[in-house]
Amino acid sequence: MTGGLEAFLQGTIRTATPLALAAMGETIAERAGVINIGLEGSIIAGALAATIAAPGLGVGAGMVAAMAAGLVVALLFALFVVTLRADQIITGTAISMLALGATGTIYRLLYGQMGAALTVPTIGTMRIPGISTIPIVGRALFEQPAVTYVAYVLVPLIAWWMYRTHAGLALRAIGESPEAAAASGVRVARLRTLAIAVDGLLGGLAGATLVLAQAGTFVEGMSAGRGFIAIAIVALGRWQPIGVALAALVFGAASALQYFFQAAGTHAPYQLFLALPYLLTLVALATARGRSIAPAALARAEEAE
Amino acid sequence: MTEPALALREITKRFGSTLALDHASLTARSGTVHALLGENGAGKTTLMRIAFGMLHPDGGTLTVEGTERHFRTASDAIGAGIGMVHQHFTLVPAMTVAENIALGGRGAYRPRDAREHVREASTQSGLAIDPDARVADLPVSAQQRVEILKALARGARILILDEPTAVLTPAESRELLARLRAFAEQGGTAILITHKLRDALDVADDITVLRHGRIVWSGLATEASESTLVETMVGTSDRAERESARSRSATGEAVLALRDVSVRNERGRVTLERANVVVQSGEIVGVAAVEGSGQRELLRVLAGRIAATTGRVAIPEYVGFVPEDRQRDALIPDFSIVENVALRGAGARRGRIAWNALRGETTSLIEHYDVRGGAPSVRARHLSGGNQQKLVVGRELEGAQSALVVENPSRGLDFNATDAVHGRLHAARDAGAAVVVYSPDLDELLALADRVIVVHAGRVSDAPLDREAIGRAMLGATVDRADTPPEHT
Amino acid sequence: MTGEALALVSDVLVRATPLALTGLAVAIAFRGGVWNIGADGQFLAGATLAAWIGVMLGATHAALPLALLTGAAAGAAWAGIAGILRSRFGVLEVISTIMLNFVAAFGVSYLVRGPLQEPTHVYPQTSSIGTAAELPVLVPGTRIHAGVLIALALTIAAWWAMRHTAAGFRLRATGANPFAARSAGLVDAERVTMRAFLLSGALAGLAGAVEVCGVTYALYENLSPGYGYTAIAVALLARLNPIGTFVAAILFGALEVAASALQREAAIPSTTATVVEATVILAVITVADWRARRVERAA
Repeated sequence: MTGGLEAFLQGTIRTATPLALAAMGETIAERAGVINIGLEGSIIAGALAATIAAPGLGVGAGMVAAMAAGLVVALLFALFVVTLRADQIITGTAISMLALGATGTIYRLLYGQMGAALTVPTIGTMRIPGISTIPIVGRALFEQPAVTYVAYVLVPLIAWWMYRTHAGLALRAIGESPEAAAASGVRVARLRTLAIAVDGLLGGLAGATLVLAQAGTFVEGMSAGRGFIAIAIVALGRWQPIGVALAALVFGAASALQYFFQAAGTHAPYQLFLALPYLLTLVALATARGRSIAPAALARAEEAE
Repeated sequence: MTEPALALREITKRFGSTLALDHASLTARSGTVHALLGENGAGKTTLMRIAFGMLHPDGGTLTVEGTERHFRTASDAIGAGIGMVHQHFTLVPAMTVAENIALGGRGAYRPRDAREHVREASTQSGLAIDPDARVADLPVSAQQRVEILKALARGARILILDEPTAVLTPAESRELLARLRAFAEQGGTAILITHKLRDALDVADDITVLRHGRIVWSGLATEASESTLVETMVGTSDRAERESARSRSATGEAVLALRDVSVRNERGRVTLERANVVVQSGEIVGVAAVEGSGQRELLRVLAGRIAATTGRVAIPEYVGFVPEDRQRDALIPDFSIVENVALRGAGARRGRIAWNALRGETTSLIEHYDVRGGAPSVRARHLSGGNQQKLVVGRELEGAQSALVVENPSRGLDFNATDAVHGRLHAARDAGAAVVVYSPDLDELLALADRVIVVHAGRVSDAPLDREAIGRAMLGATVDRADTPPEHT
Repeated sequence: MTGEALALVSDVLVRATPLALTGLAVAIAFRGGVWNIGADGQFLAGATLAAWIGVMLGATHAALPLALLTGAAAGAAWAGIAGILRSRFGVLEVISTIMLNFVAAFGVSYLVRGPLQEPTHVYPQTSSIGTAAELPVLVPGTRIHAGVLIALALTIAAWWAMRHTAAGFRLRATGANPFAARSAGLVDAERVTMRAFLLSGALAGLAGAVEVCGVTYALYENLSPGYGYTAIAVALLARLNPIGTFVAAILFGALEVAASALQREAAIPSTTATVVEATVILAVITVADWRARRVERAA
C-alpha cells in the first residue's frame, strides 16, 4: 500500500510543479492588479520553444528558450494591457488563442502532420542524498527533476520579496490602489510590466517542465488549460505565495488521484479523472469568495495618472 | 530679503483647447500659511499640481527657495521638500498606516522599523495615529492626518493641502488649521487651497485669488475682507440674497416617510439604525454628515434605490435621485443623451421603446434645463460636468414631480453651474416637491435647506440651523434642547 | 453559377452558420457585460442533446424541432452553470466558462465511447440521426441547409430586440454600466445578467444542434474546431452588432475554408486561421483604443 501512496505523492509533486510555477508568476501579476488570461499562451509557447531548442542544444538551453518564449508572449500582453490600457480579459483570451494557433502552425510546419512520436531529451530525476531517504515523503519530495527544486526555492523567495522589500510593497499597493501608489512615486506602468514579464518567464518555464520533465514530446494544445487553472490556484491560495503553492499541491493531488484509483482498480471512466482538475477549479473559485480578498484593483484597466 | 519658500511665476497651462492657467503667479513666503482662493474650476488644483510636479507647465518658472526647478515627476517635488495632501486621499485603503507611509521607499522593508518611524513622526508633529490601523477602518479626519504625516515623513517643508476642510466638521477644521499655523510657526510653509473665505481669513498670512485661470488679487490677509474677496472670486456679491430664499411653503403633507428604518449592508454591518424621517411637500431637508456615517444609505432608502432591512418606508412610486458620482451612477457616458433619458424607468418598462416620444422629451428637457453641449444624439461623455448635472437633475425632476433626493449637488461644478442647480432645487420646492439634499459643504447646505437633519453612526437626529450645532451633532455630540427653536420640536 | 463556385459558396455558408450563431451568442453576452468564452462547451451541450433526440426519435415528425429546442435548452443550462457561479459565488465567468469547455469536451468523449456510442462499438461517435431529424437542404446538390435561415432570422430578431425593446435596452445598459442601470434605471442587474447567460448559451447550444442536424448528422469528438473562440473574433469585429456578426461570420467562414484549402494544396497548416482570428481581435482592440484616445485628446 505504501508503494501506492508513495507513487501518489510523487505524482502529486510532479504534476504540481508546472502548476506551481505558473501560479507563482500569476500571483505576482495579479497582486499588481493584472489578470493574465494570456498565461496559457506563455505556457504553450514555452513548451514548443523547449521542444525546438532541447534536441540540438541540450535541456538547459531548452529551459532558457522556453522562458524567453513565455516572456515574449507576456510582453505582447503587457503592450496591450499596460501601454494601450486595453481590456485585460479580451486581450488575454486573444493572446492565448494567438499562441495556441501559432505554436500549432509552427509545430506542423517544422515536424509535419504525421503525429509520429517526436522525442525530446528529458531531465531525469535528481536525488537529494540524505533527506530523500525519509520514509514515504522522502522520495516524493526529494527525488524529482531539478525544476521542482527550483520551485521549492522560488516560493519562499517570492514570499520574502513580496512582504519584506519596498518593491514588493509597491507591487501590492498597485494591486489595491494604483492611484495611491502613483501618488507615492511608484512607477505603476513599469512595475506592472515587470510583473507581467515575470509571469511570462515562469509560465514559459512551466511549459518547459511539461515537455522536458514530463511528456518528453510536444503535442498541440498540451498546455490543456493549465494557464486558466493557475488563475484558479491563485484565488484558492488567496493571492499569497505560500498559500498558492499549497493550492497547487491540491490540484496536483487531484490529477495524481487517477493513479491511486487505477491501482485500486475502479471502473470509473478515465475522462472523469481528466476532468477533475477543471471541476476542481470551479469549486476552488466558488469557495474563494474572490471579491473581498482579491486585490482591489484587479482587472481594472484604468491607469494611475 | 530671504527667498520665498515657493515662487510660481507666469505659469501657463493648456488642456487641449482650454486655457486652464493664464500667466498665474504665486509667491509663498517661508514660515507662513498661504491661502489660494477661488471657486470650483478656477485652476487652483492645476496650479498646485504643477508645483508638486504632477503636471508640466506650458510656460512660466518655478523656484524653490530661490533655485529654479523643473520637476518631471512628483518624486522630484518630494525631493525638493514639497508635500501635497490631495482632495481625494491617495492612500491604499487595505493597507495599514505604517505601510502607507512607507510606500514609495527603497530597498528592504522591515515592518517594525516602519512602525517606529510612524510613531516618531507622529509624536514630533503632534498628529496622533496608530501605525497598525488599517486605513479603510479610519475616519476621514484620521486618514487626513495620515496623508499629512506621510508628507512630513518625506521631509516636506512646504505643505500643500487641497480643500482639506471640505470633509471635516467645523471642530475638526479648526484643529487642522491650528496645526497648520503651528507648522508655519516652526518654519514650515503651508499652502491652503480652498474656496472657503472664512478659513482663509482665519488662518492665512497671505492670500492669492484665482479666477478662470488668472490671478485677480494677491496680498496680505489683513488687507482683505470677506466682501472684497467674494467680489474678486466670483464677480458679484449676491450670496446674501440667496440666504433669504428660505421658504415657508411647507404644506405639512408628508411625501417621504421613514419609520424605524434600519439598513444592513452585504457584510452584515448596520449602516442606518431606526431612522425616523418625514419630508413634507414644499420643503428642502438638508442632510449633514461626516463621510461614512450612513447618509448614503439614508438618501438611497428615501429615493427607493435600496431596500430597508426593517421598518416602514412610504414613498411615491418614483422618487427622483441625483447621486454624487454622476458618471458612474446616473449616466452611461457612451450612450447618447436620449438613451440616458430613456434610462429613467428602464427597469419597469415593457415591450417596445417609444423612441420618438423620448426624443421629443429629450429636446424639451435640453431646452428647459439649459443643457449645453449637443443634440440629443450626442454621447453623454461629451457634455461638461455642469451640463451633465443639469441633464440628470432635469431627467429626475421630469420623472418625479413630487420628490427629489440630491447627493452633493455641486460636486465638480463651477459657480454658475452650481447656481443653476440650486435654482432648480428651489424652484422644485416652490412648486411643491419634497426635496432632500446632502452636501459635505455646510455653507451650501445652510443656503439651501429649510431644516437640517444630521446622520451620525447610522442614527438620524434633528439639528437647528446653526453651523456649530450641526458640526457638533455630526461628531455625535447631543444637540442641546435649548438650541432647537420651538417650531422644530 | 458554376458547379465549382456553388461548391465554394456551399462550403462557406456551411462553415459560417455555426459561426453566425455562436458569434451572435457571444455578441449578446458581451453586450450584457457577460464574458462568455464558453460558447464551445455550450455548443457541445446542444449538439449532444440534438444527437441524442435525433437518434432516439429519429423517425417522428417532432424530432427536428425537438432536437433544436432541447439543444438550445442544453446550451442555456450549460451557460447557466457559469451564471450561477458568478451571481452566487462571484466566480469570474471567463474562467468558469473555459473550464466548462473542457468538461464538456470530456463529457462528449465519454458519451461517444460509452452510452451513446454507435451499435458496432467501433467508432467513437453516435449513430446517425434519423432522417426526420435532419434539417432540409436549401439548394439541391449542395450542403447548404436551413440552419442558415435560422441564423439569419435570429440575427435580425436580435438586432431589432436590442434596438427597440425595453429588454434589449436593459441588456445594453447593464453591460455598459451596471451601476447606472441599477441606480438610475432601477434595473435588476442580476436578473438581466443571468438572462444574458441563458440567452447566449441557448444560441450557442442551438448552433451545436443545427450543426448536428444539418451537417454532421451525428455526434463525435472535436465536433467544434474552436467555434466558440472564433466567435469572439467574429463578435468583436462586428463591434457586438448583430447584423455585423452575420457578415463577419461569413468572412470568417471564408477564411477557414481558405485555410483548409491552403492546408490541402500548399501544406500551410490550418491553424494559421486561429492566428489570423486572434490578430483580428488584437487589431480591433488597438483601433478602438486609438479612436478613444483621439476623442480624449480632442475634448
